[in-house]
Amino acid sequence: MNVLKIATAGSVDDGKSTLIGRLLYDTKSLTDDKLEAIEEKSRQRGFDYLDFSLATDGLVAEREQGITIDVAHIYFSTRKKSFIIADTPGHIEYTRNMVTGASTAQASIVLIDARNGVVEQTYRHFFINNLLRIKNVVIAINKMDLVDFSEDKYNNIKGEIEYLASKSDYKNQQLTFIPMAALQGDNVVSKSENMPWYAGENLLHHLEKLDAEAINEVSQARFPVQTVIRPKTDEYHDFRGYAGKIYGGDLAIGDKVVVLPSQTKSIIKSIHFFNETFVKAKNGSSVTITLEDNVNVSRGDMLVKVNEEPTITKQLDATICWMDKEPLRESQKYYIKHGVNDAQAKITQLSSILKTDFSGKIENPSELALNQIGDVQLKLSKLLLIDAYDQNKSNGAFILINSKTNNTVGVGFIH
Amino acid sequence: MNQRTIQVAALESEAIYIFREVVAQFEKPVLLFSGGKDSITLVRLAQKAFFPAKIPFPLMHIDTGHNFPETVAFRDKLVKELGVTLIIRNVQDNIDSGRVKEESGRYASRNILQTETLLDAIEEFGFDACIGGARRDEEKARAKERIFSVRDDFGQWDERNQRPEVFDMLNGRIDLGQNVRVFPISNWTELDVWSYIQREKIEIPSIYFAHKRKTFIRDGMIWSAADAFVYRDEEEKVVERMVRFRTVGDMSCTAAVLSDAVDIKKVVEEIRDSSISERGARIDDKRSEAAMEKRKQQGYF
Repeated sequence: MNVLKIATAGSVDDGKSTLIGRLLYDTKSLTDDKLEAIEEKSRQRGFDYLDFSLATDGLVAEREQGITIDVAHIYFSTRKKSFIIADTPGHIEYTRNMVTGASTAQASIVLIDARNGVVEQTYRHFFINNLLRIKNVVIAINKMDLVDFSEDKYNNIKGEIEYLASKSDYKNQQLTFIPMAALQGDNVVSKSENMPWYAGENLLHHLEKLDAEAINEVSQARFPVQTVIRPKTDEYHDFRGYAGKIYGGDLAIGDKVVVLPSQTKSIIKSIHFFNETFVKAKNGSSVTITLEDNVNVSRGDMLVKVNEEPTITKQLDATICWMDKEPLRESQKYYIKHGVNDAQAKITQLSSILKTDFSGKIENPSELALNQIGDVQLKLSKLLLIDAYDQNKSNGAFILINSKTNNTVGVGFIH
Repeated sequence: MNQRTIQVAALESEAIYIFREVVAQFEKPVLLFSGGKDSITLVRLAQKAFFPAKIPFPLMHIDTGHNFPETVAFRDKLVKELGVTLIIRNVQDNIDSGRVKEESGRYASRNILQTETLLDAIEEFGFDACIGGARRDEEKARAKERIFSVRDDFGQWDERNQRPEVFDMLNGRIDLGQNVRVFPISNWTELDVWSYIQREKIEIPSIYFAHKRKTFIRDGMIWSAADAFVYRDEEEKVVERMVRFRTVGDMSCTAAVLSDAVDIKKVVEEIRDSSISERGARIDDKRSEAAMEKRKQQGYF
């Protein structure tokens, strides 16, 4: 079960639905009954092509308006790999959905209509990919058939994106440019005969080669404790295991660890997964760990290796994407959820709004509105154990929750 | 001691993480158990999440009274082995008391009637989190579902106002009277579930494997004729066929497929090569394009 999560963003006009439909169709992931339903609906609507958005726009309102509103999850697999596509709407009013869909992605596809080249929407997609530090980005230059499969056109667009990338502060990004004609299938799952000048791989081959495990950044291990397991049975009378998921590195028996925030030191005694024990557990594993010493550990505490401690702080500098109709303002209070830890947070400063077209910042704004991205400072009601988002994605992100509505209103990336 | 290094597969690790969040964030969770392969998979994942402790919440079966007998026998055996509490609430009780009206005719099904019984049970026990085995690949309205899906007093799903779920942070804050439906295997496909059952050697009810059964054909689908709950016109001819079931719902809305897959290995191969979706054999989804979305708005799980 090697799974790669991919985010796509774009509007119907870019041919995004067609591209996804192509991937599903050519990997034989669309079953006959689903395909028939699409054919019938497409006919009903008087289209002379298959409208694959009908397969992904799952809500009545989306089909009525012919737009994607919410993130859709699409699943397909080849013999080599399983894929999950988080398909998100591309319009500016759905920036929050784009951030949501991209937050768990290991790769992303930015679609560009070859006729229009780089447009405002492309800047935003690119900006969000950078903000979320998505390492593998495919720039799919689509509808090449409508520009006579012109290599010059392709190179122009490639040059523009490379210029954009040079302005970004995220330098580890790997860009892959693929010229396509998704409607006809050129360079989607097979090599295009219309573009002999393109020496690279088709999209599917490229995606199959990306290794999800290798993409997950390796830094220092973080083990936030979700719950304490105490069976209190005869067989496991004294068992006291800490259940959680490992982020950012590996942990092994014998590792010297420190329990935070109490700073108590101990050694990993055993690592359990169901009814087996293991010597070592890798990044991304949900396991149960016991310690040599009888220390006080509860939910929200974190085990880390000695000399690899995260920052322990009551104050945060972060970039926030706002997701609620009611804007964020200075001195407002929210609940903050950082991993499995909860606290209260007060916005002490709203410094700037970032322009998603790379044209700079608006300094000292009065509010951060829905779908806007900005830099803030927060004061916390208790100590949190944090990393910069650049260092450890899971431990460097948080959400804000409105205490009256209980809604998730923002997502933050710690500086 | 085992010398191996463990890298828990991503989907399994994600599901276990979700189970642990449920137990940490809610006071009275319950696992909705139908005896089908998805809920059986959930039970295994719950075992793994809390081992060596027992599963720290009860299972609940909303019984339509139209179950395959094989499923019920299997359910009772599993519960006994695990030593967990099983709560059963019957749709029949609401029909008898006149709270819901049974459908009649060729396509009569008790599937929708489950909703009322489920909502009653949630209120009766004060459950604040109901864990279910729904998957996003099953149906396109389900593809829009969150992992923590908030429902109001009436169990309604407000599909246009869902909480964003970023990274793996799950916001389980609710008001009194609200509850959350939790879907730990949201990101699994049908093939993932079957491959997992194979890998883990999980026991499942016999109707999932090919067997000889008295059946009849309607609307191009194969229905079980062996059981009184399934409506059949006299002219619909009964023939014995080699079939199996891909989903196990209410008997009145679950059709069989022709199959020679007599064991798990053959089932996995069959699913891998299948050209019909799993819910293609569920008549409840065929009522209209928006059938699932409508049922979910009304509190269906």
